[in-house]
Amino acid sequence: MAIKVINDKCKGCTICVKACPFDAIEMKGKIAEIGAACTACGVCVAKCPFEAIEKVEDENDNGVDLSEYKDIWVFAEQRQGKLMGVALELIGEGYRLAKEISDDTKVCAVIVGDNVAHLADECYAYGAERVILIEDPLLKNFTTDGYTKVLTDAINEFKPEIVLYGATHIGRDLAPRVAARCNTGLTADCTRLDVRVSSYIDFANKNTTLDTSTLDPNDPDTGIKQTRPAFGGNLMATIICPRFRPQMSTVRPGVMQKREPVEGAKGELVEYKPTIAAADIRTEVVEIVKSAKELVSLTDAEIIVSGGRGLGNEEGFALLKDFADHIGGVLGASRAAVDAGWIDHSHQVGQTGTTVKPRIYFACGISGAIQHLAGMQGSDMIVAINKDADAPIFEVADYGLVGDLYKIIPLLKEEWDNADALFDASAK
Amino acid sequence: MAFNILVCAKQVPDTNVIKINPKTGTLIRDGVPSILNNDDANALEEALRIKDEFEDVVVTVVSMGPPQAQDMLTECLAMGADEAILISDRAVGGSDTQATSNALVATIKKAEKEMGKSFDLVFAGRQAIDGDTAQVGPQVAEKLDLPQVTYVEECSLNAEMNEVTVKRNLEDGYEVIKVKTPCMLTAIKELNTPRYMTIEGIFSAKDKPTHVWSAADVEVDLSTVGLEASPTNVFRSFTPAPKGKGEMIEATSEKELVEKLLVGLKSKHVI
Repeated sequence: MAIKVINDKCKGCTICVKACPFDAIEMKGKIAEIGAACTACGVCVAKCPFEAIEKVEDENDNGVDLSEYKDIWVFAEQRQGKLMGVALELIGEGYRLAKEISDDTKVCAVIVGDNVAHLADECYAYGAERVILIEDPLLKNFTTDGYTKVLTDAINEFKPEIVLYGATHIGRDLAPRVAARCNTGLTADCTRLDVRVSSYIDFANKNTTLDTSTLDPNDPDTGIKQTRPAFGGNLMATIICPRFRPQMSTVRPGVMQKREPVEGAKGELVEYKPTIAAADIRTEVVEIVKSAKELVSLTDAEIIVSGGRGLGNEEGFALLKDFADHIGGVLGASRAAVDAGWIDHSHQVGQTGTTVKPRIYFACGISGAIQHLAGMQGSDMIVAINKDADAPIFEVADYGLVGDLYKIIPLLKEEWDNADALFDASAK
Repeated sequence: MAFNILVCAKQVPDTNVIKINPKTGTLIRDGVPSILNNDDANALEEALRIKDEFEDVVVTVVSMGPPQAQDMLTECLAMGADEAILISDRAVGGSDTQATSNALVATIKKAEKEMGKSFDLVFAGRQAIDGDTAQVGPQVAEKLDLPQVTYVEECSLNAEMNEVTVKRNLEDGYEVIKVKTPCMLTAIKELNTPRYMTIEGIFSAKDKPTHVWSAADVEVDLSTVGLEASPTNVFRSFTPAPKGKGEMIEATSEKELVEKLLVGLKSKHVI
């Protein structure tokens, strides 16, 4: 695929130069020229008012017969004989995608390990129609060499169309190695997957600023469209892998939906006998240590509980700390609270403090000065709790709670682990 | 025979500074500094620590990028690396991770041949902050047929310099792994604190060799690099929808507020 400027039509307006997210277009005299940094993303094609830029599709000349590949595989990651949550999420997502491709496309869970056959039932319950079981004493613990070898061998034998991995520290170690060995593409840390163009259009219209008018909802293409954040979340990109198979993605844990488990569900079991020898594995796992999460910095925190002047005193932070500890969060603060001497500056979020992008940001008793907003509005989910219903923080909050945080926070802590039950009750 | 360490590094825009133009939905690059990628600085620091600790260690930095990436390589030399190589060619532009690793591997093989050495240890940062893929390191290792350990948070080389013991970070703890050299290790920021350039380092950097090679120089198969050879392509790119005002939760008691909030968080899959 390549982007080309049609020189006769280019008027030298430079709109494309400014529009290019990759800084890849330069003006050569009065005509735009596509440079080496081009990723063929097509932003310029849509932006050009003169239809002077086109995307040229290549013929598939790499000898890969796409029609040989079938079904969706999920690398069902297990550690110490327990499936990772993301494996079940991916089985759910794989099921959804499989049925969008065709009725006879199956979602298959691939379990690699030693004495892990008992995990098959859990995979079936969550939607797997087939389990490919790869067992050997040498595969007891994850090793890059061992797992890459057996998984690549299995892929070459069964030829899946799509392979999904959780974007865990194991998935992101294994997947690039397998992709390189299979000579195919891999997209990292995806947060959205589509196969049908119509589903992609729906997603884009609901959640993004993308102009979908150039996409045809009746396009029969079922190649995977993998959407992921880039440039620190400032830009989203949808990646395709049109000429190589299998198409592979690592998927961020926690974003895809598990299916409702069906107890006693059964599927087809395929035991794949791996050829693996001790000499194939060049690393030695000496020990695996489970440890409680150490205190993480604000920048990396998944959850931040922040307090401001509305806490009224230093003790307010003890209350927030108690809640933060309970939900695995880190303590943040507004400048007002730091200036009041209630908490150390290292906790300060905002223009003069740290810029944060957690999954959830709790703003407690923070009015929402512009300097504070600048440091936290990139958070995925903002929950604001404040007595003052007119506080500017509510302008950026996803959920606003007007009330006394000294009553709300203890209740929130108490009910936190109960969220599933509350949700189920509300759904009925 | 010297102990040769290779560090793979990338020049990246500082994504903490990047802003989006809300009108056009495009990145504002003006005034955005180009920097040595964070994790790569940790990779280089670890190589330099080994150089400090052991005798006769040579640290080479390799990068792929536009000619301006030489500035970043000069910074690496000023921190203490011995020599630098840049593969820079329009033919490798637009490469995805698979094609990038092909170009880097050709460059590394060329360096080994040209300089008559083989690398005993290859370091890379876990991932670059502009793409966040974490794929190039493992893919280079695969194509060099090296064992790898990613997410390295602690690293020690034995006295015989033929085995490293590393702590590999996991979401729920860590694992201790032993691996013989040569091998590839990818660094995370917990590994160390990168040193600053010294005045002396800055002066001596200009006397250290920096090789800028073209695709032809490294004899890479042109059908394996660049946009055309990349298995993955960007289909569309866009900015996330701007965040508008959310929902004010209406309730008659604090308990009801909390319950409605939790149901909301659950329904949006954030908890």
